[in-house]
Amino acid sequence: MNIKKQFQEGLITNNPVLVQQIGMCATMAITTTLFNGVGMGLSVLIILTCCNVVVSAIRKIIPDEIRLAIFVVVIAGFVTIVDLLLQAYIPALSAALGVFIPLIVVNCIIIGRAEAFCQKNTVSASFFDGIFQGLGYTCVLILMCVFREFVGSGRFGGGLIDITNGFRFTLDGTGSGIQIFPSEYGAGIMNLPFGGFITLGLLIAVMQYALKKSAKKKALAERAAAEAAADKEEDE
Amino acid sequence: MLTNILAISLGAILTNNFIFSQFLGCCPFLGCSSKVDTAAGMGLAVVFVMGLASAICWVIDTYILIPLGLAFLETLAFILVIASLVQFVEMFLKKSVPSLYSALGIYLPLITTNCAVLGVVLLNVQNNYNFIESVVYGVTGGLGFMLAIVLFASVRERIEFADYPECFEGFSICLISAGLVALAFMGFSGMKIF
Repeated sequence: MNIKKQFQEGLITNNPVLVQQIGMCATMAITTTLFNGVGMGLSVLIILTCCNVVVSAIRKIIPDEIRLAIFVVVIAGFVTIVDLLLQAYIPALSAALGVFIPLIVVNCIIIGRAEAFCQKNTVSASFFDGIFQGLGYTCVLILMCVFREFVGSGRFGGGLIDITNGFRFTLDGTGSGIQIFPSEYGAGIMNLPFGGFITLGLLIAVMQYALKKSAKKKALAERAAAEAAADKEEDE
Repeated sequence: MLTNILAISLGAILTNNFIFSQFLGCCPFLGCSSKVDTAAGMGLAVVFVMGLASAICWVIDTYILIPLGLAFLETLAFILVIASLVQFVEMFLKKSVPSLYSALGIYLPLITTNCAVLGVVLLNVQNNYNFIESVVYGVTGGLGFMLAIVLFASVRERIEFADYPECFEGFSICLISAGLVALAFMGFSGMKIF
């Protein structure tokens, strides 16, 4: 399997959230500021890559009957490591994401990739799969954060970007973000749970529309090519 | 004490509903809500497992993990407890209540990956609940989940006849209607006991 195809699958055609439609709880819950979204996305990316590598490395020695239990233990181990690291070095992120960091253990993306991909593929392929699927997840989180923050409070990059003393990135979650329009004109409802459901629903609808359109285009092109070939044969 | 328990129950069922305000357990919520019957079965199973898991995990945390200084292994220990608990409940039901077992069917093993179960256990630790409060939070959280999933299943049975654009098919329209139900649940957000 080549890397380019994996990249395309992870980001678009087989995106974990928009196409496989798994791992939605955290996606809807934490996408209120860019800080949370980027932090959560990168945490999942790291855990997913590590788990993919370990699972595919031990895939030949684990008995089939208890494979799920073994996957869960591997995942829980890495989640604990990331959780403790965040508590130690980025406490603001750990506080903002709260219970959703330990809950990565039951995030279907990780166990789903272990079951569907790493069991059958080599370590290097699984490594790239982890990176690209994680990137796909992060991109969706960022998209949702940007949309919800902009519509909800007229801001961009809350928590992550600080512009009071020149443009810089902050890691303590205190950055005020770039105010695009005054926050009192924003639709505050987008910051509530309702906004999470609606944004993800619309995003999936847009994705389905785009995928359907490209599939239709492809089918048309194929039919045209087939007709052209048939015409040519007739001519001959 | 009693008011405390009442406040926890009210919060878990209505104001801080697990699905509509905390986003815990969305996967089974969207996956198993196409019919009211299956939704109710799933809800019952979740109530049962959440109550039991809260009790067992509280005991393990307080009497084993904390005295031994192993609190950092909580996530790992809890997920193992939940996985084996679900397995155990499955075997028990199969032997002694086969009718309920066949009604729940595939949903039982799926509860292991329901983040509401692990979530309630972790929240119990985070909120420093004692034994009774933990069990109450677990059971009422499960009841809140059941209420949400049964309500939403009846909404979904109506969506089947609705006319919506083609690209909204599947999860998309479900998420948007779930958003509207969540909006309705926001009406409870001002409620408080004392």
